[in-house]
Amino acid sequence: MTYIIKPANHHPNLERNELGLTRRDYEGTISTLCAGCGHDSISAAVIEACYQLSLSSDQIAKLSGIGCSSKSPSYFLNQAHGFNSVHGRMPSVATGANLGNQDLLYMGVSGDGDTAGIGIGQFMHAARRQLNITYIVENNGTYGLTKGQFSATNDQGAKSKYGEENLFAPIDLPTMAIQLGAGFVGRSFSGDKDQLVPLLKAAMQFKGFSLIDIISPCVTFNNHVGSTKSYDHIREHNESVSSLDFVPIGEEIKASYKEGSKIDVPLHDGAIITLEKLSKKYNPLDKGKAIQGLNEAEKDGKVLTGLLYINPKVKDHAEILNIANTPLNQFKEADLCPGKSKLAQINASLN
Amino acid sequence: MNKISSTNEFVIKFANVNGSGSASANQMFAKGVFRSGIPVSPKNIFPSNIQGLPTWFEIRVSAKGYLGRKAGIDFMVAMNPQSYNQDVAELNSGGYLLYDSSWKRDFNREDINIIEVPLTALCVEEFPNPKTRLLFKNLVYVGVLSNLMKINKNIFIELIHEQFQGKEKLIAPNIQALELGFAYAEKNLNDACDISVKEEDLTKGMILTNGNNAGGLGCVYGGATVCAWYPITPSTSLAESYKKYCDQFRVDEKTGKNKFAFVQAEDELSSIGMAIGANWNGARAFTATSGPGISLMTEFVGLAYFAEIPVVIFNIQRGGPSTGMPTRTQQSDILSCAYASHGDTKHVMLIPADPKECFEFAADSFDISDRLQTPVFVLSDLDIGMNDWTCPEFEWDDKRKFDRGKVLSKNDLDELDSWGRYLDIDGDGIPYRTLPGTHPEKGAYFTRGSSHDEYARYIEDGEINAKNLSRILKKFAGAYSYLPKPTYKQDTNASSKGLIYFGSTEAAMQESLDLLSSFGYPIDAMRIRSFPFGPEVWDFIDQHESVYIVEQNRDAQMRILIMAEGEINPLKLISILCFDGAPITAKFISESIIEHLDEQNISQTAEKIK
Repeated sequence: MTYIIKPANHHPNLERNELGLTRRDYEGTISTLCAGCGHDSISAAVIEACYQLSLSSDQIAKLSGIGCSSKSPSYFLNQAHGFNSVHGRMPSVATGANLGNQDLLYMGVSGDGDTAGIGIGQFMHAARRQLNITYIVENNGTYGLTKGQFSATNDQGAKSKYGEENLFAPIDLPTMAIQLGAGFVGRSFSGDKDQLVPLLKAAMQFKGFSLIDIISPCVTFNNHVGSTKSYDHIREHNESVSSLDFVPIGEEIKASYKEGSKIDVPLHDGAIITLEKLSKKYNPLDKGKAIQGLNEAEKDGKVLTGLLYINPKVKDHAEILNIANTPLNQFKEADLCPGKSKLAQINASLN
Repeated sequence: MNKISSTNEFVIKFANVNGSGSASANQMFAKGVFRSGIPVSPKNIFPSNIQGLPTWFEIRVSAKGYLGRKAGIDFMVAMNPQSYNQDVAELNSGGYLLYDSSWKRDFNREDINIIEVPLTALCVEEFPNPKTRLLFKNLVYVGVLSNLMKINKNIFIELIHEQFQGKEKLIAPNIQALELGFAYAEKNLNDACDISVKEEDLTKGMILTNGNNAGGLGCVYGGATVCAWYPITPSTSLAESYKKYCDQFRVDEKTGKNKFAFVQAEDELSSIGMAIGANWNGARAFTATSGPGISLMTEFVGLAYFAEIPVVIFNIQRGGPSTGMPTRTQQSDILSCAYASHGDTKHVMLIPADPKECFEFAADSFDISDRLQTPVFVLSDLDIGMNDWTCPEFEWDDKRKFDRGKVLSKNDLDELDSWGRYLDIDGDGIPYRTLPGTHPEKGAYFTRGSSHDEYARYIEDGEINAKNLSRILKKFAGAYSYLPKPTYKQDTNASSKGLIYFGSTEAAMQESLDLLSSFGYPIDAMRIRSFPFGPEVWDFIDQHESVYIVEQNRDAQMRILIMAEGEINPLKLISILCFDGAPITAKFISESIIEHLDEQNISQTAEKIK
């Protein structure tokens, strides 16, 4: 939304971060989603993560496709530019935006229809190209805006609100993203802010493609008995593979984990993700084992959450393409146009 | 035996097998004539195939500068037995047929001159390596032609040196092949051919290049930093040209890093999405495609139109509909581009007529798109894009600045109390934009394809939406002042008949008009170079009793556009349509018009008699 002077009616004692901003400064417009929608909890988690990291909203770009999930970027970070693009095509717009200016932090917000249905091609190629983006899928297994059709992440045999059974096997986005080479893959639950906020913080600081698949129940169309994306079902079947802290550069690692279960993953800029492995079998640093772990959990009907995979050594898209460090949108005539004398040489080569 | 006798005015055609390395030899022949100072127009007529199918290369040589395609061949180099029958049939009476007489043949035509050269036998004798010897066959016939047509052999030797720069080993055997053919003709083919090339000075200040090479270069000069594309004939070489020139001019000497991004996307939806994303961020970006790609891109085109994001789309048109004829030319995407996407949409189109205009319009398109904050289509075609044209040298003014249009800087925003992304402050329908990351507190907004008010807020109020749509139309109505104006073939109109044409038809137009004049039908001609049309187009139509519209498509798409946009009486606009995929000829244009005029005269006379 176009800027308006924000009313200065904050509580005077609101907590402030390093930039002197309160959580309110990271808010957006009032949500128009259904009361109790998981997506609103995700928006709150995004606000919390950005607040904790003391990010400047104006250095963030929020991009989305079409659907309930894709509306949600309006509900956080008012001072960030937003782009509600076309259905399933946010990854390409984000890729272009990133090529135009690598300095901004890109947050992609999509849903399971937008990503696993119409947009699966673009999603896969963005992951494969290692686009530097935090790609959030607000995954509720259903098409909410068109009133409750199954999406491609809905489990086989799950029931719709109207009692209809889903006939097809689901697409598991994290498994697919790991397979495609995404550098950071996590899954969380909109109802688990303690897990989600550090995961978001780590993803936003990761340079490369970071997917967070967030199970986000649709209270209107997919929160009934027989649904595998309901609050109750996820609470019962959620198994966290790791607990993590994101530690910015220069800060002390405070989390104390059990001896032997702690892993420190340094990121490109020196920040560290400290990770406590909650499962002995699961290894988020090994692509093959991560995929194996996800496959086994699926067989057992469990939903693995936490940081599922991380490869801190990936190069992002701009780096792969060897693009200048100065954002491309800042170059001027003198940098870009070879001029008359070079043109004379070209003419000479063509006659 | 009748022998065609001509100096500097003829058509030569090469019939080859695709993938046999003939294209570069044929191009060398064309360039040899060009370097002799005579304008040429080579046309590659190739199959959608990698190896094995027939392929042709047609060169019109014309000191008069008539460079449209001309039916009827004066000299045929028939290197492909598969297409002998067809190739022989195309020869004009008195024409020449050069073939590989290592295997002798009878051709059932008494009225042509057969020139026998045992090309394969000569190569087998001269070159020991069976793998490469067939490639040299092509250079041997270039040598033969150099002798027969009296083209300075040293020009070809120079061209071989240029072509194999960096692969020096290949220079000597290629020259050897050229000399082999030259010597054979010298010894055996005296007086076999009365077609010759006499050196002139007619190509001074001219270059020989294709529109895709020029278009890619124009994007570099126009400041494009992102090219996102998907391979599709005949547009691929435009993207590749951009990359080639970027590698030359846009790599930072100190860091070795690129001041450009070149991304081969997974499909056309993605390529235009990337181009739009980059432009949204203020980096000039484009995509290059052809008809099928345009069809795929249309949803995104509507988004860029409605959200008012600049983006440049090159459409190198090919034969449609559907997959159609990917390697043949047409002008059949006029309507699909002008009105691309659902809902009420209209788009700016630039229509270049030769490689020089491809260069200029490519560079201009970014200024126009930034200025108008809307998609701009550059509508070239396969004939301009992939064939080499004799055209004036490229020009550039070093004082030229990019027109980035109405973009607010941090200082601008600091001085503003309020701002709305879609407010029409200046009355021209063009609002002010901001780029992400410009200002810490001001200027952020939500770009969207859903209906929005002047402050970019989502709305479902029909009146507000209608007002916004009307403003965008106002912007479009004023767009012509930023676009290239029509050009004319006459200083002042002198005929009651007018003719409108555009794009690659330019090559055949002067010859068409000269032919019509010689038959007593002088006609005024105007070339449209952009859409939306400016007042010049309506004036020209007003000033003539009737107007022919020459197009290379079936449905008279330009005529439909003119009728619709100008509310012109359909009876006034007469279509001349060529859509067989071959570049339109002057013969076709002039004969079609004469036929129409004759019919009209007959019916007028009949009317009088009644």
